Order: sequence, then C-alpha cells, then structure tokens
Amino acid sequence: MQEHDTAWVRTEMALAQQAPAGVRGPLAWVRKNLVGSVGDIILTVLGIALVVLILPPIINWAFISAQWVGADRTVCATAAQGGIQPDGWSGACWAFVNAKFGQFMLGRYPIEERWRPILVAILFVALLVPLLIPRVPRKGLNAILLFLVLPIVAFVLLVGGMFGLPHVETQLWGGLLVTLSLSFVGIAVSLPMGIVLALGRRSKMPIVKTLCVVFIEFVRGIPLITVLFFASVMLPLFLPAGVSFDKYLRALIGVSLFAAAYMAEVVRGGLQAIPKGQYEGADSLGLGYWQKMVLIVLPQALKLVIPGIVNTFIGMFKDTSLVIIISMFDLLGVVKQNFSDPSWATPQTTKSGLIFAAFVFWLFCFGMSRYSMYTERRLDTGHKR
Amino acid sequence: MASQEVLREEPSRGSFINDPKVRGIFFQAVVVILLVAGVWWIVHNVIENLQRLHIASGFGFLKNRAGFDISESAIAYSSDSTYGRAIVVGLINTLIVAVAGIITATIIGFIVGIGRLSHNWLIRKICTVYVEVFRNIPPLLVIFFWYSGVLAVLPVVRESINLPFGSFLNQRGFYFPRAVWGDGSWLIFVALLVGIALAWFVARTARQRQMATGQQFPVFWTSLALIIGLPLLAYVLSGFPLTFDFPKQSTFNLTGGFQVKPEFLSLYLALSCYTAAFIAEIVRAGILGVSKGQTEAAGALGMRPGSILRLVVVPQAMRIVIPPLTSQYLNLTKNSSLAIAIGYPDLTATAGTVLNQTGQAVEGVLIMMVVYLVISLVTSAVMNVVNARMALVER
Repeated sequence: MQEHDTAWVRTEMALAQQAPAGVRGPLAWVRKNLVGSVGDIILTVLGIALVVLILPPIINWAFISAQWVGADRTVCATAAQGGIQPDGWSGACWAFVNAKFGQFMLGRYPIEERWRPILVAILFVALLVPLLIPRVPRKGLNAILLFLVLPIVAFVLLVGGMFGLPHVETQLWGGLLVTLSLSFVGIAVSLPMGIVLALGRRSKMPIVKTLCVVFIEFVRGIPLITVLFFASVMLPLFLPAGVSFDKYLRALIGVSLFAAAYMAEVVRGGLQAIPKGQYEGADSLGLGYWQKMVLIVLPQALKLVIPGIVNTFIGMFKDTSLVIIISMFDLLGVVKQNFSDPSWATPQTTKSGLIFAAFVFWLFCFGMSRYSMYTERRLDTGHKR
Repeated sequence: MASQEVLREEPSRGSFINDPKVRGIFFQAVVVILLVAGVWWIVHNVIENLQRLHIASGFGFLKNRAGFDISESAIAYSSDSTYGRAIVVGLINTLIVAVAGIITATIIGFIVGIGRLSHNWLIRKICTVYVEVFRNIPPLLVIFFWYSGVLAVLPVVRESINLPFGSFLNQRGFYFPRAVWGDGSWLIFVALLVGIALAWFVARTARQRQMATGQQFPVFWTSLALIIGLPLLAYVLSGFPLTFDFPKQSTFNLTGGFQVKPEFLSLYLALSCYTAAFIAEIVRAGILGVSKGQTEAAGALGMRPGSILRLVVVPQAMRIVIPPLTSQYLNLTKNSSLAIAIGYPDLTATAGTVLNQTGQAVEGVLIMMVVYLVISLVTSAVMNVVNARMALVER
C-alpha cells in the first residue's frame, strides 16, 4: 500500500467562528425584527406610536398619580369635587380598593366569623400547592385530602350551624368567596356529570343516547343567563309547595348544568381520540362496560383532554360573574355594589374598582391556562404522530 | 376445518341476565320510567304552584298591553304595544348587536391573529398582550368597563368631542349624520344591485376564461369599479338626491343626526374586543396549521408572497378556522344576553321585564330558550354551508 503523508491533517477541531457581524448582536436583531423592510418600518413606527400613546398615561394613572391609602373619598377627589387633589388630577383610587378589600374578598360575611373562610383558604392553598408541584410525593393522600376531606371541612366551616359554630346564611356570602366556591363546587359536580353525559352520547342504547344529545345540544344553544333565570325563577315552581332552595344552591345548580354540557363535549373529544384497539382489547380481556371505561378508556381519554377541561373551567370561572344578574354578589357584584357607597363616590372609583376586579380574574385565569400548558407538556407521552 | 367446527358449535348460553341486549333494554326501560315519573312530578308541582299563586298559564298574555317603554327600538313601539311586540323588539335588538359585533370581532380578530405571526417583534408583542388580556377577564367586566369606566366619563353634551364628518361623541352616545334619501334615490339602489350582479358575472366569466386559456383578468378592480362606479353615476344622473342631516348643538342637547346610545356602544365594543381575542387565536392556529412545505412549494413555483398568502395559505387555513369560528359567533350571540346588566333592551332584558310583569316565569323562560336555540341552530346551519363549500374536495 502506498504511504500517505498525513502531516497536514488537523489533530484538533478548529474553533467555531462567530457568526458574521451582520447577523449577530442587538443591531442585527433590530434590523431583522423591527426594520426589515419598508412595510416593517411603517409597522414599527405605528407600534411605537401606539405604545407611547397608551403606556405612559396608564402607568401615570395606575402608579404615579394613584392614591394608595386614605379614609374616604377626599383623597381621590379634586378640589372642585370636594377633595384634596389639585384640579385636573387623574389617578387610580387604590385607597378605595384598600378600604373595601375585606368586602371584596368575603362579602358581608360577619366580621367576627371571618377567620373561618380565611382558614378554609389557607387549608385549600396548603393542599393545592403540593398537588400542583410534580416532585412532591404522596399525591394520592394529598388528592384524597383535597377532594374528599376539604369539601366537608369547608362546608362545616363556611356554613356553620354545628360544632358550636354559628350559622352563616349564604346570603351574607360574597366577593371572591362566592366566585371561587361556585366555580370549584361547579367543576366538582360538572366533571362527573359531563363524563356520564359523554358516555351516554356514545352509548349504543338509542333512548339514552337521544336524551344525552338533546340535553347537551339544548344547553349549549342557550346563554348562561337564561339557565340562571331558569334556575332562579322556574326551579322553585318545580318543587312541591313549601320546599324552597337557597339562592346560592339555585345558582350552583344552574352553573353546574351549564358547565356539564360543555364538559361532556370536551370528554367526548377525548373518548373519540382513543383508538378502537383499546376498546377491543378491553373487551377481549372480558372486562365489563364500567370496568372497560374506568380502567382502560377514561384514564387515557381524560389525560388527552386536560387542556379542554381547564379551558372549560376558566370559562366557568369567568361565567360565575353573571350571577350578579340574579342578584347574587360575586367579586364583580360586590365591587359594583360598592360604587354606590357615597363616602367613596368619585369619578375615579369606578375605573379603579373594575380594574382591580379585572386584575384578580386575570391572575386566576392566566395562571390556570399557563399551568395547563405546563401539564400538557409534562404529560405528553408521545401520542402525537 | 377444525376452527370452523369450533365456530359452528352452539355457544354455551349463560343466564340471560348477562346478555348485553337484555340489559340494554332493561336499563333503558328504567331510564324512561324515571324520566316520565320525574316529568310528571314536575308538571304536577308546577300546576299546583301556579294555581296556589294564582298565575295564569298559556301564551295569551302576549296579546296584552305591555305598558313599559323600551329605550331603543328598530320598529315602531310604544308602551301601548303588546307584550309580543316588546319581545320582537328585543329580538331585533339582539340580532343587531350580534351581527355588528360579529363583523367587528372578525375584522379585529383577523388583524390581531395575523399580527401575532408577524415578523415584526413589536407588533407580535402588542398583539400577544391584547389576546392575553382580553381572553382572561369575564365579558361582563369588559362591558362594565366600557359602560361605566370609559363612556360614562366622556364629556357632557355641551362639551361634546367633535369628530370628523360632523359626528359628535358625548355622555349620551355617538352622533353621526343621517342620510336623507330624496326623490329618485331608488336609482342608486338599482345601480348598486346591477353593479353587484355585473361583478358576479364578470368574476364567473373571468374564472371560466382562466380555466380555459390561462389568461388572467383583473377581476378585483373591475368589480370595485362596477360596485362603486355605477351607484355614483346614478347619483350624479338623478341630480344628487342624497343629503345629510347633521347633528347640531343646541342649548341642552344635540338635535338631528343619528344617535347611537352608550348602552349599545359599550355592549358592541365589549363583545367585539372580547370575542376578537378568541378569533385571533383561532386564526393563528389556522395559519400555523398549514404546513410550511405548502408555502415553500408555492415560493418554488415563483409565486409572490401576497399571492402565496391569498391563493395557498388562506384557503387551507380557512378549513381549520371555520368550525371553531362558528362556535365563537354563537358565543358572541349568546354573550349579547349580558346586555341586561347595563340596560340595553335585548331579548333577555325585554323577556325578563315581561316575565316580571306577568309573573309567567315558565312561558317567559321558554320563549327566551327557544329563541336563542333557533338563532344558534340557524347560525350553525349557515356556517355548515360555508364550511361545506370551503372543505377540501377529496378524491
């Protein structure tokens, strides 16, 4: 064999060279992302104009000129309106939110009993947070405590009337307490109901199937307000004379029925996505209908539709604000009710209160949607093709 | 052969309780019995309750005098009109706000959705912020925000904000000039109809010619010229019959012109903004759903970016977009029932008033439910037709 002179071969790798100056660094980023073409430049200028036009007034209103503490309306009103601010002043009245914070959270819950909902909230957070962090062990026990023990404890604590706790009428409940309790109880009722409806819709029994289809399509075709109207004015007529429901319970029934129909469609999507082989495999193992569903199909189907379930929940969380129309006071309702308080009536109060309520709703909904995206990525066990 | 013999063997019959068919029939019978019993119990209770409370039943009340005023009405209505007419007024108001909201929400939604995919970083971020803000707050709050946060702090009538084209904005709403159609203005409408018909004909002929010869024809500009030019020509020929009634400022109020009430304005703006955020996400998903290979292949064929978007990406994206878009339209229509919270007289509000006045809760709620159900079904039917025309024609 011929011998090669290999002296010129490199023994180590050459260092990677930096990208050319034209495509790296902040300047190139600006060129690529902001001023790539004439159209891009126009868009960027328009965008900057929009931001400059909107952002500084908002920051000024919400932070710089805002009033954070105060005893009554004078801190948030200009001299002409009977307050202490100079004329032309415009800023957020966070003092209003500050003063009414307890009401916004708990409504007219008696002040000496307020430790009860606060304790429930602490227990709820203490049980929920470990369940949401995947690395924390003992998920089973945690889930049992959260979904079985806590509701009973919360019911005893919030409603009272036993173990020496004075009874608190649900009419006194309000604020975030109503929003959260309505939506959490609603989801706890509507998820199982939705699963049953979805199974019914895919059932081979014609009568059961028809009933489920009619219920689902009917509820999905009408607005929540009519369902709430139904629950608040028609439901009492359905019961024998003398039996009457609590208004809170009526709203709960309305919201749950409504959410169940949407949940059923989400679950049905999951059921349809499970390959036929899974059903047939379960059949060939000799499993009965409920064994097949509970052990084989539903665990896979529900995992697939977690984003859909969370979306339905977010929708329901937002929809609880509609109970204001049947004169119950959730967070938005209490905020709105407080606008008529003469000791806080200023032109800034309305905006500040609404923005506070919007911020609370936004925080919950945004947090939930982000957590659902995170779970979706974590549970992605390669079903996608 | 052996396997066939096994198959032919008489299967060992278990107890007939285990037969799924028998079980199915039994189970359904139980469901039917429970349902009938439940309905009977409810009907019985309702009849008893109504008799006890001395509430009439039946839909006869629709012919009675309503006795309440409605602030906004597209058809003639006074407090002497019937309950039935009041509900129709509400229905028309619902349809007006729903249609206006759907159009605006679609436009904003498409702009924001495409903006989220823009190459421009700033535009992308602005659109993302818009979507994340509006998607995560309740629509009712958006309505309140427009109503009592923005529109209520507008200046009083005397200090109305002047806008272009002689329109004004103040606490009582938005005023703009009303068109007054003089004699001979029918010619303009006829010209418009003729223009549309001609444009349709031109488009059809141009497509046939392109299919046959490959030659293209500037359909868009021709149609535009026909649809705008013909009515303009008619306007000039018939001696300028169209005049405008401008709103004028008098001492206490603006007179003349066309007034849009703040209730309608805030409901319309809120529904549009809220639904647009969802439509933007749908549009984004639709465009992302068209595989990159399609764009690249079209580019390789030498098409320009505009043509690629119009002829390759959008037709395919529409197939993904239309079904969820339909449900957003339905959501907007259903959300328009939130009007009751700010006093816009939509169907829920007028039917609710009727319900309160007559006490006939069952009939009132039934009317509401049936009307919304019909609106939903009609919208779905229309969108299904659109979807069928857009759907992929497969072999």
